[in-house]
Amino acid sequence: MNDTPLFKVSGVSKFYGQRIGCKDVSFDLWPGEVLAIVGESGSGKTTLLNCLSTRLMPTAGSVEYRMRDGQFRDLYHMSEAERRFLMRTDWGFVHQNPADGLRMTVSAGANVGERLMAIGDRHYGNIRATATDWLSRVEISTDRIDDQPRAFSGGMRQRLQIARNLVTGPRLVFMDEPTGGLDVSVQARLLDLVRGLVNDLGLSAIVVTHDLAVARLLSHRMMVMKDGYVIEQGLTDRVLDDPREPYTQLLVSSILQV
Amino acid sequence: MATPLVVSEVFKSFTMHLRDGLKLAVVNDVNFSVASGECVVLGGPSGIGKSSILKMLYGNYAVDAGQILVAHRDRIVDVAAVDPRTVLDVRRHTMGYVSQFLRTVPRVSAIDVVAEPLLARGVDAGEARDKAAALLAGLNLPRELWNLPPATFSGGEQQRVNIARGFITDHRILLLDEPTASLDAANRKVVVSMIAAKKAEGVAMLGIFHDEEVREAVADRILDVSAFSPRKAVAA
Ligand SMILES: Nc1ncnc2c1ncn2[C@@H]1O[C@H](COP(=O)(O)OP(=O)(O)OP(=O)(O)O)[C@@H](O)[C@H]1O
Ligand SMILES: [Mg+2]
Repeated sequence: MNDTPLFKVSGVSKFYGQRIGCKDVSFDLWPGEVLAIVGESGSGKTTLLNCLSTRLMPTAGSVEYRMRDGQFRDLYHMSEAERRFLMRTDWGFVHQNPADGLRMTVSAGANVGERLMAIGDRHYGNIRATATDWLSRVEISTDRIDDQPRAFSGGMRQRLQIARNLVTGPRLVFMDEPTGGLDVSVQARLLDLVRGLVNDLGLSAIVVTHDLAVARLLSHRMMVMKDGYVIEQGLTDRVLDDPREPYTQLLVSSILQV
Repeated sequence: MATPLVVSEVFKSFTMHLRDGLKLAVVNDVNFSVASGECVVLGGPSGIGKSSILKMLYGNYAVDAGQILVAHRDRIVDVAAVDPRTVLDVRRHTMGYVSQFLRTVPRVSAIDVVAEPLLARGVDAGEARDKAAALLAGLNLPRELWNLPPATFSGGEQQRVNIARGFITDHRILLLDEPTASLDAANRKVVVSMIAAKKAEGVAMLGIFHDEEVREAVADRILDVSAFSPRKAVAA
C-alpha cells in the first residue's frame, strides 16, 4: 500500500451568508481510492465537491494536494494560473450535464484533442491518433470523430466527456452525478465503463451521487452528508449494509436493493 | 500451529432508528480463534448471529466492542478498528469470503468475475483466466456459460461462480457462508474436496454449513453461537 495520501482535506466549510453549504469536512484520499459523497439534494454534496476542486473558495479550511514532484501544496494558496494548470493536466472534472464539460460546437476529436494541446502536444497526427484511441476506449465508434457532440445521445456525450477528462492521464477525477441525467440502461453501461477505467488507470476519484447503487459499484469508501455535515463515513459496504445513523438508515431503507 | 485469526470480546447489536430506536442485541462477548489448517464451523439456530459474525470479521458489519485480530502481511491488524483502506487490503491479501449470494456486476463475464481477485493482486491476466477456467471446470459449470455475465444464471450456477471466486486466491483465511446451500450432491462433494485441499495448504477456515453431511465432512470443531447469544434462554 502506498503510504502517502494524494489529497488532504481539513476543516473545509462553506457558508452562503448565514446558510451552511458544508461544515467542517476533513478526510484524506489515497492513491487509487474512490470516495463517494452521498446525500439528498441540498445536503451540500456539490458545494463540497466544488470547494475540493477549487471551483469555489471555501469560507474556512485547507486542502493539500500532492504534486507529481511529491510536494504537498495548499490549493487555496496557489495562484489562479497554477490551479488552472492542475485542472487541465492532473485533474479531471466530469459534470452531470455533459454540455457543461464539453464544447458542443467542435468535433468529438477536437474535444479530446484540446486537452492534449493544453498540455503542449502540438503534433496533429499524434493528437488525432490519441483521440481516436480514447473514443474507442469509451465505446464511441471512431467514425464519429468529426461529428459534434450536439449530434450525440446523452450517454455518448457523457462518455465523450469522460474521454476528454482522462486523455491527459490525470491522477484525480471529480465527478458530479456522472450518471444523473441518463436512462437506467445507459447508466449501467456508463458505470461499468467508469469502473473499468478507474481500476485500469489506478485513478483516485471523488464521486458525488444521490444514487446508492452508484456508490456501491464505484466507491471504496463513502461519506453521507446531511444539512452540510458529514454524518457518517466508512467502508462503502459497511455503511450500506450496517448503517449506524438514523439518516443513513432512512436513506438505505428507502431504496429497494443495492 | 499458527493462529491467523483471533476474535476477542466482540459485542454486536443493531439499533433500529426507524423502529423507535429498538436495540437488537445479536452477540455478546464472542471469543474464539481459528488455527492454520483448521476448519471451524459456526452452529446454532437460524437468526442466532452466525452470518453476522462472519460479516464482522470481514469488516462488512461494524462491532460495538472487541477486537478482531488478523495476521496480515507481517503484522497483526485489528479489523474492528482499522481504516477502510486497510480493511480492503486485508480482503485483497489475507481474508477471502464466499457469501451465500453472488453480487453481480453488469456486463462482467463469469470467468472474469472469478479471475478478478487474482488480477487485483497483480497476477497476469492469462494466468488468472487459466486458473479461473480450471476452477469453473472442476465445479462443472457448463463451458457455454463462462463468457456470460452471471446475472441470469440459476442459483446453483451463481453459487459455483461465487465459490470459484472465493477459492482462486491463496488467502490465509477463508470465510464461508453456506457455500453449498443450493448445490446438488455431486457439486457438494466437489466443494468438500476443495475445502480439504485448502486445509492441507494451511488455510484457516470459518464456515456456516446447514447440510449435515457437508458439516461432518469438513468440520474440525463446531462452535455453537448460542453460547454468545444474549437471547440464548429463548433460543434454546
Ligand atoms: N443489517 C442488519 N440490520 C439489522 N438486523 C440485522 C442485520 N443483519 C442481521 N440482523 C439480525 O441479527 C440477527 C442475527 O442474524 P444472522 O443473519 O447473523 O443469523 P444467522 O445465524 O446467520 O441465521 P441463518 O442461519 O438463518 O442464516 C437476526 O435477528 C437478524 O435479523
Ligand atoms: Mg446466516
